[in-house]
Amino acid sequence: MLKTFRIGGVHPEDNKLTRSCRTGTAGLPKQAVFPLSQHIGAPAVPCVKRGDSVKVGTLIAAAGGFVSANIHSSVSGKVSKIDSVLDASGYRKPAIFVDVEGDEWEETIDRSDTVVKGCNLSPEEIISKVKDAGVVGMGGACFPTHVKLSPPKDANIECLIVNGVECEPFLTADHRLMLEHPDEILVGVSIIMKALGLERGCVGIEANKMDAVELLREKAREYNGIEIVPLRMKYPQGGEKQLIDAVMGRQVPAPPAIPANVGAIVQNVGTVFAIYEAVQKNMPLIQRNVTVTGKSVKNPCNLLVRTGTPISQLIEAAGGMPEDTGKLISGGPMMGRPLLSADVPVVKGTSGVLMIPRQEAVRAEERPCIRCAKCVSACPMGLEPYLMATLGEQGDWERAEKEDIMICIECGCCQSSCPSRRPLLDWVRLTKTTVGGIIRSRNAKK
Amino acid sequence: MSNAILSAVVVLGVTGLVTGVFLFLISRRFAVKSDPRIASIQALLPGANCGGCGFPGCSAFAEACVRQGSLNGMNCSVSKPEAMAQIAAIMGSEVEAVVPKVAVVRCEGSCANRPRLNVYNGAMRCSIANMAGGGETGCFFGCLGCGDCVSVCKFDAIHMDAVTGLPVVNQESCVACGACVSACPRHIIELRNRNKKDRRVYVSCVNKDKGPVAKKACAVACIGCGKCVKACQFEAITLDMNLAYIDPEKCRLCRKCVDECPQHIIKAVNFPAPLPQKQSSETVSQTETANA
Repeated sequence: MLKTFRIGGVHPEDNKLTRSCRTGTAGLPKQAVFPLSQHIGAPAVPCVKRGDSVKVGTLIAAAGGFVSANIHSSVSGKVSKIDSVLDASGYRKPAIFVDVEGDEWEETIDRSDTVVKGCNLSPEEIISKVKDAGVVGMGGACFPTHVKLSPPKDANIECLIVNGVECEPFLTADHRLMLEHPDEILVGVSIIMKALGLERGCVGIEANKMDAVELLREKAREYNGIEIVPLRMKYPQGGEKQLIDAVMGRQVPAPPAIPANVGAIVQNVGTVFAIYEAVQKNMPLIQRNVTVTGKSVKNPCNLLVRTGTPISQLIEAAGGMPEDTGKLISGGPMMGRPLLSADVPVVKGTSGVLMIPRQEAVRAEERPCIRCAKCVSACPMGLEPYLMATLGEQGDWERAEKEDIMICIECGCCQSSCPSRRPLLDWVRLTKTTVGGIIRSRNAKK
Repeated sequence: MSNAILSAVVVLGVTGLVTGVFLFLISRRFAVKSDPRIASIQALLPGANCGGCGFPGCSAFAEACVRQGSLNGMNCSVSKPEAMAQIAAIMGSEVEAVVPKVAVVRCEGSCANRPRLNVYNGAMRCSIANMAGGGETGCFFGCLGCGDCVSVCKFDAIHMDAVTGLPVVNQESCVACGACVSACPRHIIELRNRNKKDRRVYVSCVNKDKGPVAKKACAVACIGCGKCVKACQFEAITLDMNLAYIDPEKCRLCRKCVDECPQHIIKAVNFPAPLPQKQSSETVSQTETANA
């Protein structure tokens, strides 16, 4: 019996259309756009101005605080302007625009394909290299990785868990990364283990990717303390807390507790690969794997894309946007964000581009709650989503806070399991955002 | 037989008497002394419990009044000035002159003015639509049209216009409680002074994008040209983040800015129509004045 997490979860159709598509490239854009807030925390501060020449890997915006990340140019050319651009949040945010000229790289970056295994750096040096490279969590939340690698001193971390779950339907970017770069990922895992002084590392992979499990198992024999853990398929297994429960059988208490409190630290495989490239190849985070897919897309594919490339260019590479497209999503169908335009640039957290046909994109009519409690059984955090939604509708924020709304991970299991098609997640998000704002303003007053 | 009746009467009578005396003493001993003024003030308040005064309800307002000992700094915008004067008389203080206000919707992005680019399909609440992104049009500052303001209004003073898809304030019913102002996630609604004869001049747009971007998104967006700022003799208009704003305290209602605006979004409401048309002030609707 394979392991999985204990509470809730749903089984959406996995629809991994691009499972066996080798990662291609999308080509260089004419103009690359780098939004200044591609991560959680303070936006980066531009350190170039209009007319400056940049190379691939040049720092163009420096971290605006400890919880923030550097942003590097992924193309060579001239900075044309610093202006606002529509990003995946659905609003215009400040960004740096670079007109592409040629493809000239910074000399320090090692562009060869050889796998550099040995690493003689001290933990501090590793973390500072990761910080300089602007690496953020690439599973979607974009939390700056150097912050995660600097856990509180009293935390007793036992195990590094690498997230190769990719439980979102349709997405295969991480799957292909594991198949195409297994050695790099394993070296990355041992680098993180060294940085944190850990003896044990686990790579959790869902059972729909047994080829990756076997390949990594074979390769992992050469490394000390790395174990590959196949997991039973269930969404949202890629959630940090769910993965810790699945792999270690431990549950992370409600905030302010963090995974470090139960002895775990979780990194996405994409992040591990980025850490490998940052530490061993001096390569900042300037490109990532993106799955471009959808049921009526002509050539669904996996692409290695430079950040800043407009999503429309990825869609072209996949054979253009199908005529019946009703919704364009950045990310997967469960947690992705709908895009208002295809000109949105790829950022560090863009894991996929999904085009949904019109008839599937339109929501069914909402009907009254029939008290079936399917949302309660589906919630992986053990919350009562119907109650959260009602409290949000009524504006009872005090009660919602008592009911632990803040631990919601917004995975969408409740809404997808609701037979009455109630927009539960919409209400839950509203409640969580409002309560979060109230808590923040209360803390600020103290 | 008669003994049984007599004993019952005696026992019950004595018990009743003793309990009565006991309850009387207890009620005297533990009487909660409440100021009679609280009840009389509360009777004068509208009893809508709208929260517009900043207190949880009318009784809380009355209590706060008495606790403070005066009406200073407190006002019930729902009550008529006479009622406030009566309350002030109860408190033995003078009533402060409060400028009556009215809610003003600062967006003209009707379906005709603002082309729809996307379809929002989620729960029909502006606060949720606002989280999902910029909205259905290219203007990320304007009205979302789900009617959060309408659902919070306790005085039936704001309605969605079926044609334009924008909320319309009924200035007779509006009591300026501010519920719609805080319900609007985009801060479109503002409380502005009613002035003499309810006349108001305001910029009916909140778009802070640069001129070309704003104009592309909406035909009647403020483009931040600054012509109104130059036209104003009283320094009442400021330009911040490509958006003009008329300070209601400084504005003298001269209407010089209205004709200057190339986008025709400075609204002058309840002014008599220009002379050639010879209309009485009652029949002049907002839009007519605006287009004039």
